[in-house]
Amino acid sequence: MQGEIRAQGSDTPSLSIVMEDRKTTRANPAKAAAEKLNFWYGSNQALKNINLVIPEHQVTALIGPSGCGKSTFLRCFNRMHDLQADTKYEGAITLRPDNVNLVGPETDPIEVRMRIGMVFQKPNPFPKSVFENVAYGLRLRGINNKTELAERVEKALRGAAIWDEVKDRLNDSALALSGGQMQRVCISRALATEPEILLFDEPTSALDPIATAKIEELITELRQRVTVLIVTHNMQQAARVSDFTAFMYLGELVEVDATSKIFTNPAKKATEDYITGRYG
Amino acid sequence: MAATAHMTLEEIRKGLSWRKQLDKLFIAIGMALLFGCLAILAILFFDLVRDGSSRFGWDFFTSFPSRKAENAGILSAAVGTMLIMVVTALVALPVGVAAAIYLEEYAPKNWFTGIIEINVTNLAGVPSIIYGLLALGLFVYQFNFGQSVLTAGLTLALLILPIVIVATRESLRAVPKAIREAAYGLGATRWEVTKDHVLPYSTGGILTGLILGLSRAIGETAPIITIGALSFIAFLPPSPVTGEFPFLNFEWLRSEFTAMPIQMFNWVSRPDQAFQANAAAAGAILLGMTLAMNAVAIWIRYRFRKKISW
Repeated sequence: MQGEIRAQGSDTPSLSIVMEDRKTTRANPAKAAAEKLNFWYGSNQALKNINLVIPEHQVTALIGPSGCGKSTFLRCFNRMHDLQADTKYEGAITLRPDNVNLVGPETDPIEVRMRIGMVFQKPNPFPKSVFENVAYGLRLRGINNKTELAERVEKALRGAAIWDEVKDRLNDSALALSGGQMQRVCISRALATEPEILLFDEPTSALDPIATAKIEELITELRQRVTVLIVTHNMQQAARVSDFTAFMYLGELVEVDATSKIFTNPAKKATEDYITGRYG
Repeated sequence: MAATAHMTLEEIRKGLSWRKQLDKLFIAIGMALLFGCLAILAILFFDLVRDGSSRFGWDFFTSFPSRKAENAGILSAAVGTMLIMVVTALVALPVGVAAAIYLEEYAPKNWFTGIIEINVTNLAGVPSIIYGLLALGLFVYQFNFGQSVLTAGLTLALLILPIVIVATRESLRAVPKAIREAAYGLGATRWEVTKDHVLPYSTGGILTGLILGLSRAIGETAPIITIGALSFIAFLPPSPVTGEFPFLNFEWLRSEFTAMPIQMFNWVSRPDQAFQANAAAAGAILLGMTLAMNAVAIWIRYRFRKKISW
């Protein structure tokens, strides 16, 4: 736990320090690693030399003030930026164990999105039935067998702790559900295709406290099945759900450590200022 | 002026009542103008109905044109108009929707696309007789389609294409980014996002645009005259449906035709007063058809809005 953390402006050696540090605390191998990652919107550099290891089957939270680049970083993992013109990646996000560079120009963004799921800020179910929402990713993968679809949709809905609430309304429009239920259907939709990493982009910012609590509980359970990376601007949420927390500021990764350490004894002054509410 | 910085209660109330008067005045002017326009349309419609009232009856719908006003009907004109509208819709819908999908979903945003977009909008303002001249040269003489239902349908399809494209693009654009991202996030290709999500969710707007386009085309006279519609036709085109295999017949596409506005124009230009009643009756029916199409468009939009709310 006392290993020196030098994320900001660091080069590759510090990465191994971070990884060693993890091994001593959790012993989880890396699922993905960002290495010297830079990202530009046009001529505006939004991410600067990010080095971060995402440990497998754990929850890693990205925190930081608005505009610090945490969502931008998250969206690199499933190449969402490719939908926009005039964006540029440099460096690598390496996915283990096959060492595909997720942001490499040689890597097909659709292939990346088939491996990495995402849950968005505002619940965004398709205006279709609950069943068709969850089944859509499976259909894209060529699964059209009715029994298999039904089984996997049920499994995904159970996995997102919403099966009991919707099992009698599978054919109703997902738009008829409450906000919290919609968001859990969206989580089921992402889970159904069994992604290797699940990205959450401020998944509770549009929800009330009770729905938020359910989603948070779900995220802590999900780590058994999937590696989770979550962006949140709610520090209590990061403290509640994550194993590791990375603090970002002005496009740079300032500090990353075990969540308990970040919130009790941060190494950097900037991190301490942020979590104690001095800015943000 | 009072020495204090803030307004007294009396001052606030005095100023407010004057501003609210202005508000009411604007509402009154707006309502007057709106009802004025609607009243003109209503008067026009009832005038046509009154003038043509002697002619409404089953015979009027089932009779061919005749030299005797009291025997003349709109059978060939109504059938011609309907067949032309079928061709127009079948051509304008796929072409217009495909063009809109390309421009909205696929085309890179550069100066060339910008020029195309501006010109699509400009096309909507081209006088309809220009389309008629184009069709005369291209469809009638170059492609040898003749002065036929097919030529008329293609011409009117060209005419409403900009309307369909603009309406389609607007409804494609109305599909929220979040929905597209959700589909892309699951690993969908651009075509899968378009066919599984963007198109189905914008069907209401697309159909509305098509119907509004058709309701403009149904009254177009100039281009149809230019390509050579006949004004006196005492036969119907061959039936599209036949009794024997393959049950469909496309001869009607090559048939000569007349249409409602042509028939009206013909009757209006006759000196005999009795034909004026025929023209008025046909006009009332044409106006009714247009209003009915607009009503269908409103109904479709309402249906789809109720089903999909973002």
